[in-house]
Amino acid sequence: MSMLLNIEDLRFSWPGDTRPVLAMDSLALTAGEKVFMFGPSGSGKSTLLALIGGLVRPQAGRILFQAQDLTALGGARRDRIRAEHLGVIFQQFNLLPWLDLKANVMLPCRFSRARAARAGDVGAAAQNLLGAMGLDPVLWGRRADRLSVGQQQRVAAARALIGRPALILADEPTSALDHDRRQDFLDLLFGQVEAAGSTLLFVSHDRELAGRFDRAVDLTELNQAGVAA
Amino acid sequence: MNLLGLAWRSLVNRRFAVILTVCTIALSIGLLVLVEQLRSEVRQGFYRSVSGVDLIVGGRTAPVQLLLYSVFGIGDATNDISWQTYTELEDLPEVEWAIPMALGDSHRSFRVLGTSTAFFRHYRFGDGEALALASGQVFDDLFDVVVGAQVARQLGYEVGDRIVLAHGTGNVSLQGHDDHPFTITGILAPTGTPVDQQLYVSLAAHRAIHIGWERGVQMPGSAIDPDRARAEAEALTPTSVTAIMLGLTTRAAVFGLQRRINEYREEALSAIMPGITLQQLWRITGLAEQVLRVVAGLVVLAGLLGMLTVLLATLGERRREMAILRANGARPWQIAGLLVFEAGLIAAAGIVLGVLLAILVQLAAAPWLLANFGLHVGLSWPAPWQLGVLGLIFLAGLLVALVPALMAYQRTLADGMQVRT
Repeated sequence: MSMLLNIEDLRFSWPGDTRPVLAMDSLALTAGEKVFMFGPSGSGKSTLLALIGGLVRPQAGRILFQAQDLTALGGARRDRIRAEHLGVIFQQFNLLPWLDLKANVMLPCRFSRARAARAGDVGAAAQNLLGAMGLDPVLWGRRADRLSVGQQQRVAAARALIGRPALILADEPTSALDHDRRQDFLDLLFGQVEAAGSTLLFVSHDRELAGRFDRAVDLTELNQAGVAA
Repeated sequence: MNLLGLAWRSLVNRRFAVILTVCTIALSIGLLVLVEQLRSEVRQGFYRSVSGVDLIVGGRTAPVQLLLYSVFGIGDATNDISWQTYTELEDLPEVEWAIPMALGDSHRSFRVLGTSTAFFRHYRFGDGEALALASGQVFDDLFDVVVGAQVARQLGYEVGDRIVLAHGTGNVSLQGHDDHPFTITGILAPTGTPVDQQLYVSLAAHRAIHIGWERGVQMPGSAIDPDRARAEAEALTPTSVTAIMLGLTTRAAVFGLQRRINEYREEALSAIMPGITLQQLWRITGLAEQVLRVVAGLVVLAGLLGMLTVLLATLGERRREMAILRANGARPWQIAGLLVFEAGLIAAAGIVLGVLLAILVQLAAAPWLLANFGLHVGLSWPAPWQLGVLGLIFLAGLLVALVPALMAYQRTLADGMQVRT
């Protein structure tokens, strides 16, 4: 298994704040694995995701993504890597309400030509993913804000998966769903993550879900800063 | 990458606020363009009426006043010119033609001009166009009248109709008379000048009206005999005229002749060059125009500030939208660009609509100006310098959008990937 993400000696504090939010000696993700990260609110998970996504730069340490050190790259390069190789699912409000489902799923391909090229026929890829996530074709042309929260999360998963990105970051994507829908969502997500060959980093405060993943890590242990983010 | 498509759909989603903003800008631009267009068109219209006249001579008065009452029917003459002076001027070697103008009568609020047939032969307007008859012929008999195009159109006159002329320039209500002594012999083709708003009779007829045949009503106790009137008319040499239009053999003679007329010993006269006098008139109206311009400019500024308000107001609710775009790979400049693009689209739509609005108002106002002032207001595109101003306003719109764009830029950097609502 090749290494996808390797974090070393990471130190981060938000501008104007001297206390570090994140202090992490190491975190490594290998390609294709599904990792559960226990991260209650205040554990620094949002900061960690922003660092992995290349949106912010740490004060110290290295973030090696596909052997490239994100901390050494400029903002434009990090933006391009994010557009090309990352899929993101938030807790809620993932979609642009005024776009239809298909256009929402196609969104990342608008920002990365490489990702669009991997997806091939972007429209067809979007439809395949929407279908695979269990969304009825009659919904595909609807505005995103007409859907239920559960349906929206599945659209968000489809969008994260389009163009087979190397890493899917999921930030509490199931916390707005009830128990049954949570399991359904995970089934569908896992199926597509495996089909795409992506790595999944799934952050949640809900330890119950951990059992279904390849392995679980605890951010509260990894993060030695231990202050509220 | 189809970022513009995204911006468009986001705009469509907020169409009510966007349409209102576009309307605000369109109204302000419309006002700005209209003020300029009407200003230049009105000037053009005034100039058309006197473009073929080298000098206008009247009794001693202010140049602007002389021009306004002689050609445009605004105000009244204070002094007449003697017939003697008219014939002397007409006979000067450098005078190619002279058109006598005897004013003071009206027909249903249209001015009646007593003149000679020289008027039809020599008067030029616009780009040297001559008067033409739409139908009929010029006056020949004492009781003949030629009417302007607008007079005929508004009153529904045709050649052969008999009408009554009144002394004075009020809108006189006439009692019914079967005995209308003036016959319309000709109707002039439209010119887009005050010529269209007037009726034309011979100087003899003008004189006749003044010595007692007002309204063509018979004198108390004596029946009118047209033949006798005609016979007497032969003897009716005019004693005075109100003004004279002069055409010179060479324009170079204008300054010398003007000075000589102004220094004329027998009578106190004023000679004006219509073009120069119009310039004086515009200097007088210039201040009001400046004020209008400033007001229109401030309204445009208000329109742009309105757009800024809308953009800033939506910035808060669009924070989530921007975080989503950012998480999906949008760069900060692309998100700032979305806002600038939106502002550009709003400003451009507002400017285009505003110009259309100004043109529509011009179209709507043109008949009114023509009917009331004999001013021909043509449809015209904004002049190049005005297009330049519109371009600057567009740029100002983009600059205004930089404020929310920079705020969005900084927020996307500060927010990270977190969707904060």
